[in-house]
Amino acid sequence: MEKFDVVVIGGGVVGTAVLRSLSAYNAKILLLEKSSDVASGASRANSGIVHAGYDAEPGTKKAYFNVKGAAMFPALTKALGVPYRMVGSLVAAKEGGLPALQELKARGDANGVKTEIISREEILRLEPNIGPEITYALYAPEAGVVSPYKLTIAQADQAVVNGATIRLEEKVVALQKSKDGFILRTEKGEYTASYVINAAGAGASEVNALIGEYAPMETHGVGDYFILDSKEAGVVNTVVFPLPDEKGKGILVGPTADGNVILGPTSRKVPHERAEENEVTREGLDLVREGVKRLIPAVNLRSVIRVYAGTRTAVGSDFIIEQSARFPHYFMLLGICSPGLTSAPAIGEYVAAAAAEALGLTKKKEFLPLPARFHLNKSSDEEIKQKVAEDPAYGRIVCRCEKVTEGEILDAIRSPLPAHTVDAIKRRVRAGMGRCQGGFCRPRVMEILSRELNVPLSSVRMGDKGSEIAPYEVKEGYEKV
Amino acid sequence: MNTTCIMCPMGCSLTVEEEGKEIVVKGNGCPRGEKYGRAEYSHPERVVTTLLKKEKGGVVSVKTDRPIPKDKIADLLLWAAAFRVQGQYKTGDVLAVNPVDCGANILATADEEE
Amino acid sequence: MKKFDVVVIGGGPAGMAAALGAREKGATVAILERDTRLGGILNQCIHNGFGLHYFGEELTGPEYAKRFRDKVLADSGITVYLEAMVLSFNEQKVVRALSPTEGLLEIQAGAICLAMGCRERSAGAIGLLGTRPAGIYTAGMAQRLSNIDGYLVGKEVVILGSGDIGLIMARRMTSEGAKVKLVAEIMPFSSGLKRNIVQCLNDYNIPLRYSTTVTRVTGKQRLTGVYVAPVDEKMQPILEKEEYIPCDTLLLSVGLIPENDLLSGTGVQMAAVTSGAMVDEYRATSVPGVFSAGNVLHVHDLVDNVSEEAFVAGRAAADFAKGVLPCGDTVAVIPSDGVRYALPQRVHPGEGKVKLYFRVDKVYKGRTVVVTSGGKEIKRKKPLVMAPGEMQNIEIEKSLITGEIKIYTEE
Repeated sequence: MEKFDVVVIGGGVVGTAVLRSLSAYNAKILLLEKSSDVASGASRANSGIVHAGYDAEPGTKKAYFNVKGAAMFPALTKALGVPYRMVGSLVAAKEGGLPALQELKARGDANGVKTEIISREEILRLEPNIGPEITYALYAPEAGVVSPYKLTIAQADQAVVNGATIRLEEKVVALQKSKDGFILRTEKGEYTASYVINAAGAGASEVNALIGEYAPMETHGVGDYFILDSKEAGVVNTVVFPLPDEKGKGILVGPTADGNVILGPTSRKVPHERAEENEVTREGLDLVREGVKRLIPAVNLRSVIRVYAGTRTAVGSDFIIEQSARFPHYFMLLGICSPGLTSAPAIGEYVAAAAAEALGLTKKKEFLPLPARFHLNKSSDEEIKQKVAEDPAYGRIVCRCEKVTEGEILDAIRSPLPAHTVDAIKRRVRAGMGRCQGGFCRPRVMEILSRELNVPLSSVRMGDKGSEIAPYEVKEGYEKV
Repeated sequence: MNTTCIMCPMGCSLTVEEEGKEIVVKGNGCPRGEKYGRAEYSHPERVVTTLLKKEKGGVVSVKTDRPIPKDKIADLLLWAAAFRVQGQYKTGDVLAVNPVDCGANILATADEEE
Repeated sequence: MKKFDVVVIGGGPAGMAAALGAREKGATVAILERDTRLGGILNQCIHNGFGLHYFGEELTGPEYAKRFRDKVLADSGITVYLEAMVLSFNEQKVVRALSPTEGLLEIQAGAICLAMGCRERSAGAIGLLGTRPAGIYTAGMAQRLSNIDGYLVGKEVVILGSGDIGLIMARRMTSEGAKVKLVAEIMPFSSGLKRNIVQCLNDYNIPLRYSTTVTRVTGKQRLTGVYVAPVDEKMQPILEKEEYIPCDTLLLSVGLIPENDLLSGTGVQMAAVTSGAMVDEYRATSVPGVFSAGNVLHVHDLVDNVSEEAFVAGRAAADFAKGVLPCGDTVAVIPSDGVRYALPQRVHPGEGKVKLYFRVDKVYKGRTVVVTSGGKEIKRKKPLVMAPGEMQNIEIEKSLITGEIKIYTEE
């Protein structure tokens, strides 16, 4: 049985933020993730918005962590090498929407968020393609966009660099209080911990139930999205929302941090057993099309390169971020839905500090940075020449659409948290994320994985167990037809 | 027998029947269709292309060096599933001689990659 | 900086033929190929049926590629850069590429010939509904995994789209031990060749349903099945007639898109219908010295036509580099009434003949194709049948060109 000071359950953007912050302390720490990679739940497929913080009800945890988290993004993403752009956001309203915008602005003021209500003329300067019915907008210049999975992965990587352990494909199946801490059992092993942090996202209530904590009612939602080809990037500059309604922030049009355009999400309620389903529906996509038409009618839906659905889990109206009253040293993070991504870095710091205080942990003398990675796309000619001279693999382009080299893929496979699936590589270096969606590069990525991991091609997976891409040899089990 | 003529994009639906001792093709738009229908009825043949596995791993693409009777295709594929190519080869090399007894040899259609 | 008269981007069938065409005119040539060998997608097309027009015999893809490759490699006037991906080229015709052996490579070209081929439409591009499991592939991806790597993507297969690659893969998967349960085609006709329908589907009793599409897919890690439904005249699925087919594999053969990403920002004028450049009869684009041929210009159904077209482009590129390519005003070629597109889109009046390639918008039996210039009819022909999947051509005398060329069909 391995012993840890702190175990974090769940490798989403919140769990890895906690882990990263904890790795600055002198402690033996472990993160357990049930999937084949971190960022496999809600952190994989969301809008990627760093919300300015005007939306959350003043005085709530959402408001507190949103505002605090948003302020951390510029420095954090720079240090982690994660794509982030402070593009600003607009809440666009039609005639008659002014009172609602004023209400939002008042909330923003209360939360200490910089916003202003602007006229159509001013909107047009920011968004020349805005819909003809839009007359006013609430402009929040400090809103931004970030790659949510890259942030999650980079947080995990930096934690590992600083001594944290991450175990993938280990779902916690038993959790109990012991005399001086906790015992956790996964499908693969047993661990003890002095402190446990439940950051299991859609599964957080279930984890609570394992130990006997209260398992609050969760509501699970699914949202459908479109991603457009990067050649459409000019159609929208800021993140454009409609007026929020009881269902949420509504269907937005915005740039992604990686240079595409994102449309969505819808907000479909699903039962708990379907909380992790990622089914894209006809009705959902139709709703997105409808919503987008009103905001930015110029959006070219023929340039769609991917449709997908993301999940989110809410518990009541606010985040639950609290140390258990029944089990001291058990910390619960439940219902971290929007603005969870924005809040994550601040939540990470807060929870790590709580654990450190409870265990009397001291800070390390040095918090190691994440070494910078080479990206062909972002390098100067001189840097490219030098890199290829060092290692020819950086001169071999594997993904043509996104211009990703074999060297970058090898870096991903050899990361602090190694990528061992096609999807894990895709999320780290964008191989297969472009307009051909892996049509050309997927077999090549599979060949590289097969070679590097020393497994047959038939074992190479897209993601979790059971997702082998080419599971048979030709003629395997051939029978006469 | 019903079939579709492939001699041109017209794709005439052909009916081929034996009337007495004669094979009669109906539905064809031109003489090429009649010839095709007759051949498809009495001795349909195909050049078969497939893969063979190499003893040392990997595959090589191959073809029959002449058309083989259609009813031999299944035999050929079953043979191909079990056969393993030994050693070096290049395009045009005979990898197997007359494996399903219809006079067709198996040729490599690609060079071995270094 | 290295200099060549003609730089060919892409070493597939179009690129190799363009290089050989340029050599016929004595040009120095470089081919920049992103893969580890010449031949492009032909290398994974192990079925036969290539070369009937060009070589007068039926070859497999690798054999067809090899005939050209051997010629290219034997020609000391052609320099081949492998694993060399072109990143950009500029107005001065300086081509920038990246390769593991050369690093960042800059080449001054006298003329550039584009021969980058095409890519397959993806599941994302068609907005495939349902879950996102493993088990969904473009037909070409499955073809590569099988024919080059030796691995089979699945055992129970549904294929969406009856384009040639889809049909070929139906037979290929069957002969490797998979069961192809259905080929679904959203159109009321196939864009594939008749021969492939007979020899790839009928020979193996694989059902083909027209006016049918896949409405959604199921499965968490691996595909467990697909729903299919017939479509109405507006191509909308009739959901009441949805039917579930358990399977572990969905192959998509839903269209090919010329891979012209390199052209953004170069000023090359594009044609909306073909997604390729607008060209004249020399396959010269709107940017002087930039030529285009093969599937990057418009998607072909026969590689023989690709080779023929690329020879034209290669020769013209060499002439351009030497300053002897005829220039002057052109007239536009305008398709209508059943002709979806015609290529070239511009023609120089003058001497000799020019072949107009065109595609029709649906299956026509016994309809006449008419070409007029300056309002006067200059050619007509009446093929037995014309189908969208089979590119047609009609040859005209350039001396008869007196004004805008129109090409259309009539009863």
